[in-house]
Amino acid sequence: MNSRERILGRVREALGPMRGTQVPVPRDYRRRISEREAPTRADVVALFTERVAERRVSVRHVSADELATGIAAALWGREAKRIIAPPDLPFGWLAGLEGVQAQADSPPADAGVLDTLDGVVTGCAVAIAQTGTIVLDGGRAQGRRALTLIPPYHLCVVHADQIVGTVPEAVARLDPSRPLTWLSGPPATADIELERTPGLHGPQILDVFVVED
Amino acid sequence: MTPSFERSSAGTTPSSQGPGAAAGPARDRAPKFSAAARTALADTRQRANLAAATAALRARRAAATAEADDWERLREAGRAIKDLTLLNLDAYLEELEGAVTAAGGTVHWAADAAEAGRIITRLVRDTGETEVLKVRSAVAQEIGLDEALRRAGIVPRDTGLAELIVGLEPGDRPSHMLYPAMHRNRAQVRELFARELPGAPADLPDDPEILAETARARLRERMLPAKVAICGANFLVAETGTAVLVESEGNGRMCLTLPDTLITVAGLEKTVPTWADLEVFLQLLPRAAAGERMTAATSTWTGVTPGDGPSAFHLVLVDNGRTSALADEAGRAALRCIRCSACLDVCPVYERTGGHPYGPVHPGPIGAVLTPLTRGVESAADASLPYASTLCGACADVCPVKIDIPDLLVRLRGRVVESRRRRPVPTPELAMMRTLAWTLGDRRRYEVALRRGTRWARLLSRGGRIRRLPGLLGRWTDARDVPAPPAQSFRAWWESRPGRPGGRR
Repeated sequence: MNSRERILGRVREALGPMRGTQVPVPRDYRRRISEREAPTRADVVALFTERVAERRVSVRHVSADELATGIAAALWGREAKRIIAPPDLPFGWLAGLEGVQAQADSPPADAGVLDTLDGVVTGCAVAIAQTGTIVLDGGRAQGRRALTLIPPYHLCVVHADQIVGTVPEAVARLDPSRPLTWLSGPPATADIELERTPGLHGPQILDVFVVED
Repeated sequence: MTPSFERSSAGTTPSSQGPGAAAGPARDRAPKFSAAARTALADTRQRANLAAATAALRARRAAATAEADDWERLREAGRAIKDLTLLNLDAYLEELEGAVTAAGGTVHWAADAAEAGRIITRLVRDTGETEVLKVRSAVAQEIGLDEALRRAGIVPRDTGLAELIVGLEPGDRPSHMLYPAMHRNRAQVRELFARELPGAPADLPDDPEILAETARARLRERMLPAKVAICGANFLVAETGTAVLVESEGNGRMCLTLPDTLITVAGLEKTVPTWADLEVFLQLLPRAAAGERMTAATSTWTGVTPGDGPSAFHLVLVDNGRTSALADEAGRAALRCIRCSACLDVCPVYERTGGHPYGPVHPGPIGAVLTPLTRGVESAADASLPYASTLCGACADVCPVKIDIPDLLVRLRGRVVESRRRRPVPTPELAMMRTLAWTLGDRRRYEVALRRGTRWARLLSRGGRIRRLPGLLGRWTDARDVPAPPAQSFRAWWESRPGRPGGRR
């Protein structure tokens, strides 16, 4: 008998007559954000901004036609001279760059090359207001996970309609078959006297642009 | 005492097939909790570090859980989902295996620690590599994975800052589930880095940010070229085959993204039925664990994704005594644990002793439950754990999946007593209890004992108090006085009461 059969056998033997018992799961927790916390759609977006900013992220609100200039200014401010972007990043986003060398991740750059770059620009799949989280799923404008992991700077563009209120709303929108990365601020460590210090791996600086339509 | 507790303590699994192969022999010689705690209690610097850290964590957690106005409803949902999973574990495990396989992963089953070590060693060998990256995982520590890999000539490379700190001092061990280096303060870390890290300047400051940066450079050079990594998982979704890793440091992301081969090792109980169930646990875990709304980086992955991340994914499911805990309600309650460590930080015992005296598996109140549940209570060290508690109940109040830890500790104490009953030579406590039962079982014996006992006790007393009892009972008076019994017992008074029919007038 192999271990699979042995383990499943032990589970069945241990559970005995209890096996297969259905337990009702009460799901009366909040699925949507409360009226008190964010009464309107604009408040949800504002809450997202506030919560992301609490995680040492700088957040800017721009309109769609200000985005390209905004990105160019942010990259200039962060001294990101050589950046990478997913091949399907909307062309217009990087249209305002001056003095920045932008490359598309096609063919895929290897880790050693990514390590020499200054930053990455991506979009996201979903953002969560209550927790100040952006979620990447490798879909449109996001690229593979290594892109947003190795360079030291990440600029993420969030469309206002991608912002949901709560974790349950985000889980419902996301596709589990994709590799997901939920980022709540740059990585951090609290291993030395619980003092929150910048984390060791992944972009140390995260800038978020919220595009309001 | 539930029947299944007795059955599993009879030695069907724990000590014979439990983690014995990896950690058993050492554990047999391991000191009891009370003895091991003495070293920790004598270390005043560590006590100060722990007191400060646990107080900070308690405050953060209280704020984060108070902010979620549906916290109690989330806890109840979390409890129910875990109960449902455990009562249907065989079906969910098969569903999980099917989903992982369909997504391009391979599932391996390990009945005990030794088998898990063999499987992982073989998987690493098959890649031709002799070094492997590791992300902290409670189950890897439980099964003694590092030792197994080293015996096979494979070098495990830890990637977390805390593991680096703990690993630099020979003989040091993690003391907390989430913050393994919590027993060290910045001055101690500075000293370790300056002494042990090649290239660290002698005048290294003790600023945590600079210390972290020093470690970052060293850890990063390990990670970029690595080909194989081993990580744990916080949750495994049966419905979709998705693994979830919640972390704040980013080394987990590096390990599950950059290498060609990813090996995830997880206990059977990490399973949750559906993707939607994560909406509960991704709220419970970050708030209960670190007092955060969401942990900095949460990754989920399902099998392999062409063009993104590893091209081979192995999931090693570990039993190692869990199925013997599954047989009764108490054991299933303990298996609900999501390893958030909230119970550690509120525990008055843990706050003073730290994690080391709890042995190699899990520290804190939940460790005092899980270790004897999965390994049995045969060794003196494991049997001492259920007593490492004041039963104050703080752990039950904070547990995000509502495990009634004090109740489980009391049941385990019962199990320890039961297992001692079968010994050929009774323990002094048992011998005394048997004598007492014999004495109390008969009126005449009881009255004689009462009269003599009262006389002796009054001889021992000074000023109405007994300061020291003789023999083994003396331990009890180490910390307290016993009031002297009154000259006349109730029975004697009742007998001599005037007007009692048939009594003395």
